[in-house]
Amino acid sequence: MSFPWARQYEPKNAVTKFLDEKLPLPRLVYNAVGAGYPVPRNLSYFWNFGVLAGFFLVVQIVTGVVLAMHYAANAQVAFATTEHIMRDVNWGWLMRYAHANGASFFFIVVYLHIFRGLFYSSYKAPREMIWLLGVVIFLLMMATAFMGYVLPWGQMSFWGAKVITGLFGAIPLVGEPIQIWLLGGFAPDNAALNRFFSLHFLLPFVIAGVVILHIWALHIPGSSNPTGVEVKSESDTVPFHPYYTAKDGFGLGIALLAYFALVFFLPNALGHPDNYIEANPLSTPAHIVPEWYFWPFYAILRAFTVDFILPAKLWGVIAMFASILLWFFLPWLDKSPVRSGHYRPLFRKFFWFGLIPAMIVLFICGGAPAEEPYVMLSQIATAYYFIHFLVILPIISSVEKPEELPYSITEAVLGSDKKMVKGENAEPAV
Amino acid sequence: MLKLLSVRLVAILVGLGFALVALYAFVIGAYNAATEEPAGHLPYEKPMDLSWSFDGPFGKWDQTQLQRGLKVYDEVCSACHSLKFVAFRDLEQLGYSEAQVKAYAAAKQVPGIDPNTGEATMRAGLPTDYFPSPYPNNVAAAAANNNAIPPDLSLMTKARGDGTNYVASLLMGYGPPSEELLAEHPEAAPGPGLHHNPYFPNLNLAMAAPLTTAGQVTYDDGTEATIEQMSKDVAAFLTWTAEPTLVKRKQTGWPVLIFLLFATVLAYMSKRQIWAAVKPKK
Repeated sequence: MSFPWARQYEPKNAVTKFLDEKLPLPRLVYNAVGAGYPVPRNLSYFWNFGVLAGFFLVVQIVTGVVLAMHYAANAQVAFATTEHIMRDVNWGWLMRYAHANGASFFFIVVYLHIFRGLFYSSYKAPREMIWLLGVVIFLLMMATAFMGYVLPWGQMSFWGAKVITGLFGAIPLVGEPIQIWLLGGFAPDNAALNRFFSLHFLLPFVIAGVVILHIWALHIPGSSNPTGVEVKSESDTVPFHPYYTAKDGFGLGIALLAYFALVFFLPNALGHPDNYIEANPLSTPAHIVPEWYFWPFYAILRAFTVDFILPAKLWGVIAMFASILLWFFLPWLDKSPVRSGHYRPLFRKFFWFGLIPAMIVLFICGGAPAEEPYVMLSQIATAYYFIHFLVILPIISSVEKPEELPYSITEAVLGSDKKMVKGENAEPAV
Repeated sequence: MLKLLSVRLVAILVGLGFALVALYAFVIGAYNAATEEPAGHLPYEKPMDLSWSFDGPFGKWDQTQLQRGLKVYDEVCSACHSLKFVAFRDLEQLGYSEAQVKAYAAAKQVPGIDPNTGEATMRAGLPTDYFPSPYPNNVAAAAANNNAIPPDLSLMTKARGDGTNYVASLLMGYGPPSEELLAEHPEAAPGPGLHHNPYFPNLNLAMAAPLTTAGQVTYDDGTEATIEQMSKDVAAFLTWTAEPTLVKRKQTGWPVLIFLLFATVLAYMSKRQIWAAVKPKK
């Protein structure tokens, strides 16, 4: 589906005509990210991160496939083959640092992408399916990143694997058998390392498949925009190419500058020194912490320190999974007819002064040792996190009085729209 | 409508449930924090902030320093610590010639197999061999060192926070604990077979001070071998062993960033030009 004024693909020469008849791949690209896809003209730079996430997925697959050519998933030699890549493989150090920091950048751009979706309520009708698929992608990314971090077989790899698979051990009755089944043993060893490698290689391609569905679902209603007002006429849109290819190109340049500054000058800044110590089942690190992108969720896991009907550990595990799974319900919890946070005074206050500080506190506490005051801070932030999404969001959408919306995107950009119907959108339609 | 309302009602109850359990845990935690004595940490020091030739975005190896550091490793550290990820051939990067590396390797005994009998034996090293371990296995290493296995040093400076400064500080930091420290933390007194060092996280480590007297190593380049000098030189050498590609990495980074900066400026200019047609006139 597309808008009626979308440009049509016209094959110009014999080759493209032949292709268009037999396998219309150029037409697909033209309609997906070419001149055939009309996009709201008012997208801010916050709309760059979808393309950037796709770019970093490709970076991860390319560097990952090269690394897999030199890596051996065997507990006896995994740590040594990682060092072999760093020392003896031509440009191996670059591949590994690009892959490790590429994971971090993938998460940075995806977090900004999710943040944009939350502020502009991009999850609302008619875009629920795009959001649901996005949450699936995020869950797959977390699984992939966790298993990837185990592969170098350093101390944090080993103990991280032990702690995370231990979460399943918290399930009553069947927990321990499940944990043993997941690991293929009582502790992480060869069996676990091999299956994690296999899945770490497989899942990125599953992610790529879900990304295709995510983009497919996007092209049905078309992109959202900062006003949250849907496209009304041709003057509201510009063709994706050249307008957004140019804008995304600039955004990509900025992202690559930051990425390569880290890769070449501070490649270990986001890692943990303990992962340069080979895995040792007999020596527990003083503080076991996951990679930075899991810190907010790790803080939620550790916030539940007291048994209350259920054991504390089980509460933590349920809460950590619930903190992400609740995103699946956002389209049906937030029923405000207005999408954009720019026109929602109450929502905006809770977003900037409630959710964002709570996320920052959770992030800091997740990376800190499990000591006071971090535990207490993470408990307050965890409580707010659940209240925000499950209590505040459903309630404010019925009590809030939204600000006046522009008639159209054109009016928002140019200050007036010749096709404007006076009074329409002053009261937002449900 | 009723159905949607119930979805939200369930969500509100679930949200309140999680929040109340978290806040309950908070109240218990706050009560415990107020009534119990907090478990104090032993106060250890952050590593000294020393300056290194390979610091910063333009850092380079000081080859003479790395050669001195190799000598310190060779004559002191290697008695107990292995360097298993470094091969003799790598030493050419420190400015040694192929012949020098060959001679250096040949002076080392590495495990081999007797070609006539097939029995395990020792043979002279080749440039392709890796630095041999001082102990045949971990059990022997533990037995010889009061049960504390001396760690491999190849990656030591990457395996500790601020690793280069940490290694140098640790080597310079040995000495008896101060009176004030012992008055405040009597548990900080070194136990049998342990040695006080303010830079080590629990203040006591199994390794005795390895560098104890000036001139313990005789440098070939005439540099005075003070304890500080030897500590710094071996820390620099271990930074090289941890990441031999460190300088190459930084040197590769500059052309990449300059190219990207140029490309990004061009991308910005073309974006401006393309969008000029649809931007509102000011």
